[in-house]
Amino acid sequence: MSLFLLRRMVAFLATLAGASFVIFVVLDILPGNAALTILGPDAPQSAVAALSHKLGLDQPAPTRYFNWIFGLLSGDLGVSYAYDTPVAQLILGGLSVSLPLAVMAMALTTLIALSLGIFAAARHNTLLDTGVMTLSQLGIAIPNFWLAILLILLFAVHLHWFSAGGFPGWGEGPLLALRALFLPAVALAMVQAAILARVTRSSILEVMREDFVRTARAKGLTWRAALWRHVLRNAMIPVVTIIGLQFGNLIAGTVVIENVFYLPGLGRLIFQAINNRDLIVVRDCVMLLAGFVVAMNFVIDIAYVAIDPRLKAQAP
Amino acid sequence: MTLLEVDDLSVVLSTARGPAKAVRKVSFALARGETLGVVGESGSGKSMTVLAMLGLLPEGARAAGQARFEGRDLLSLDEAELCRVRGDRIGVVFQEPMTALNPLHSVGRQVAETLMLHRGMSAGASRREAIRLLDRVGIPQAARRVDAYPHQFSGGQRQRVTIAIALACGPDLLIADEPTTALDVTIQRQILDLIAGLVEEDKMALILISHDLGVIAENVGRTLVMYGGALVEEGSTSEVFARPSHPYTQGLFRARPRLGAGRGTRLSTIKGAVPELADIPPGCPFAGRCPLSIPACDAALPASVPISASHAARCIRLDVALGSA
Amino acid sequence: MTAEASFERRALHHPSFAIGSALVLLLLATAAISLAWTPWPPSELDIPHKLALPSAAHVFGTDSLGRDVASLIMAGARNSILVGVIAVAIGLVAGTAIGAIAAASKGWVEEVAMRISDFTFAFPAILSAIMLTALLGPGIVNSIVAIGIFNIPVFARVTRASANAVWTREFILAARVAGKNRAQITIEHVLPNILPVIIVQATIQFATAILAEAALSYLGLGTQPPQASWGRMLNEAQNLMFQAPRLAIYPGIAIALSVLGLNLVGDGLRDLLDPRLARRR
Ligand SMILES: Nc1ncnc2c1ncn2[C@@H]1O[C@H](COP(=O)(O)OP(=O)(O)OP(=O)(O)O)[C@@H](O)[C@H]1O
Ligand SMILES: [Mg+2]
Repeated sequence: MSLFLLRRMVAFLATLAGASFVIFVVLDILPGNAALTILGPDAPQSAVAALSHKLGLDQPAPTRYFNWIFGLLSGDLGVSYAYDTPVAQLILGGLSVSLPLAVMAMALTTLIALSLGIFAAARHNTLLDTGVMTLSQLGIAIPNFWLAILLILLFAVHLHWFSAGGFPGWGEGPLLALRALFLPAVALAMVQAAILARVTRSSILEVMREDFVRTARAKGLTWRAALWRHVLRNAMIPVVTIIGLQFGNLIAGTVVIENVFYLPGLGRLIFQAINNRDLIVVRDCVMLLAGFVVAMNFVIDIAYVAIDPRLKAQAP
Repeated sequence: MTLLEVDDLSVVLSTARGPAKAVRKVSFALARGETLGVVGESGSGKSMTVLAMLGLLPEGARAAGQARFEGRDLLSLDEAELCRVRGDRIGVVFQEPMTALNPLHSVGRQVAETLMLHRGMSAGASRREAIRLLDRVGIPQAARRVDAYPHQFSGGQRQRVTIAIALACGPDLLIADEPTTALDVTIQRQILDLIAGLVEEDKMALILISHDLGVIAENVGRTLVMYGGALVEEGSTSEVFARPSHPYTQGLFRARPRLGAGRGTRLSTIKGAVPELADIPPGCPFAGRCPLSIPACDAALPASVPISASHAARCIRLDVALGSA
Repeated sequence: MTAEASFERRALHHPSFAIGSALVLLLLATAAISLAWTPWPPSELDIPHKLALPSAAHVFGTDSLGRDVASLIMAGARNSILVGVIAVAIGLVAGTAIGAIAAASKGWVEEVAMRISDFTFAFPAILSAIMLTALLGPGIVNSIVAIGIFNIPVFARVTRASANAVWTREFILAARVAGKNRAQITIEHVLPNILPVIIVQATIQFATAILAEAALSYLGLGTQPPQASWGRMLNEAQNLMFQAPRLAIYPGIAIALSVLGLNLVGDGLRDLLDPRLARRR
């Protein structure tokens, strides 16, 4: 493994540890006794004590922290008070909706952004280019949940092509489930794609001006061939960076969009947990989402190494 | 037997201050196997001239005139036809070896690409040929280095790689645009010797661009002098050096340090600075800085005046200039 | 021709900057006017006239509680600006400080500063807001703090990158030779030189903050009633999507135009303030 990856790996683990620490402080230590929060201030002393013991809250904070971390690592997250269900099961249920949604949105984002960006760059300075860029400027300005509402108005309320929300579950066959996730994924992807398309276009145009592209053309490659063979891969470096940064927005967007479409994903789970004062579930969900964001940034670092040979054997 | 005939080649750039003529009616011819040098200060349009012939001008630049290569006008070829000439019949080496190679592809792949493109070679065959070429341009242990990336090579070695790319298909014409300006002096010599040797062996024609008169004197048979986008003087290298005739050329030679000149000999400079393109008058581009200029100089670009059978300059005051030299 | 004159001239001839400025001025003017006057008091309920169609009395109609939508939109502008300005200020001050320190100190201090800023990337505004809400209950402060935290790494990265470039320039060397220390040089030379970049970034982050505030308020994590907020209006409108879809239109347009205006101004400023680009243009 290259030194670059080793350093990123250390940073990745350190960030995870830091994030878990912050989350623990904010959602476990600061709120005081979670049993009291759950039962409310009027609960009898004995009930609070019993619940504290059941949830392991009577142990000192460092023990609780390590119990939590080991629980996270082993998949044993305890039992949700509000639902009386294992938290792991709740989270897996949420993930079975949120993960496909995020993946679909990310795939759509990349597909739309790269095609539009390359299309606009290849027609640089023409009306089509200006048109695509104007559209993308508008796309960036539209809040994703508003776009979601507009999509529901158009495709569900007026055209009846899709349902206005809800999720049939995977048991009814993957097609129905994917259909329910399609509008949410589009709403998530559009705004991100607008940003990424602009990045893609300007990155391509920048690389196009580099000397090595002239060398490639002097070899006898057409403009188009030089674009595909030499420019794109170089232009992907900043694009990949932005994809990594956008992943945080995507996670955040998933939470919002799930609420627009009443999808039983992690986002809904968190909000119900907040309403039920189920801090344990909130804590685990937030940790999971933060972990995703951090992990995605690590994946991006690996992608850099795959793209750029200069990072592969970086000297110490 | 002419290989290349350039006729009234002009390049107009679009700048913030309107269109600017970067190249003004340049004409010259080049025979097979002949070596030609182009000298001139930075910004005199040397690169634009060759880029125009190759169809590689920057965005917003337009070329006019003709550049007939083996009888076909390169400026009126379509992109596909031009691409069959570039890299196959004409090889190019550019100024900046540090940035001229794609950082994400191995050098072997970049050399092999030309062969696969023009010769239809398989991956294996083109790789073997790339190793042979890298060896020929003096990359040590070429077979091992073929899969290395540009950042693992020094500037001089990278320039050798770009030479290997330019030579891959055995072109009839090699264009080297200031191939050594970015390199340090000892490496410069090696690269120039390499180019001279290869040109000699393969009987290629060469256009060598430089602003270093010494480089021109040692490497080419014929010399063009450019100023402000125009060709101001041309002739066999020995004649141009023996008898620089255009006032600009004369200034260029006087501004050049000489070994053996006594201490205290003042190195003269050409008065003034190269004007901005948009400010160049319609007449002789040098008129504004020329000690001999008269109002008539600004009227029109002077015609070429022969000095001998193989030497000419574009100056209406050539009689005075030659007398004073 | 002075630099000032040419800046103004170029600004007027920069179409997207001109359009953006007009939209931003509209936003600011709306917010300013709303402080003194709105057609109706924004939080005045008038149940008998609920869901009224647009009319002379209520130009955008009324919502499900009979509140005047136009007045709510005007008051919402105020709210967006308030949240945006404070959140961007938090990110700008903290982030610029981290970035400038990182660029000035190099070595492990730089490493630590940038790791801290990267660390906050793990918490998109919504996650921070969720944690704060779970801790403190919902409220406008949550959204301000959450968006502010989210802005820190953005400013830190931009500042460090541009400050590093300034540190390599000759006049810095001159200042060091003259005996100035790193803190003095940062304040006297580095920060003034990177100001344009920071201004551009602040404009764009302002736009992002308006979007984030809307999202948080839509989720119920941000601005609480009776404060007017565009995001909350959209939340309420969603429940009436079948009866009064128009209620979902106005706040969305208000958000989109504000964000579009700020982004256009940011992009325009980037072109106009960058001397390298200016010459090429
Ligand atoms: N991409 C470009 N856009 C606009 N103008 C350009 C561009 N490239 C070069 N020029 C201008 O065109 C003129 C001729 O440039 P050219 O590169 O041909 O000069 P040169 O003789 O090759 O100089 P050098 O010795 O520096 O390479 C110069 O005035 C230069 O400023
Ligand atoms: Mg040149």
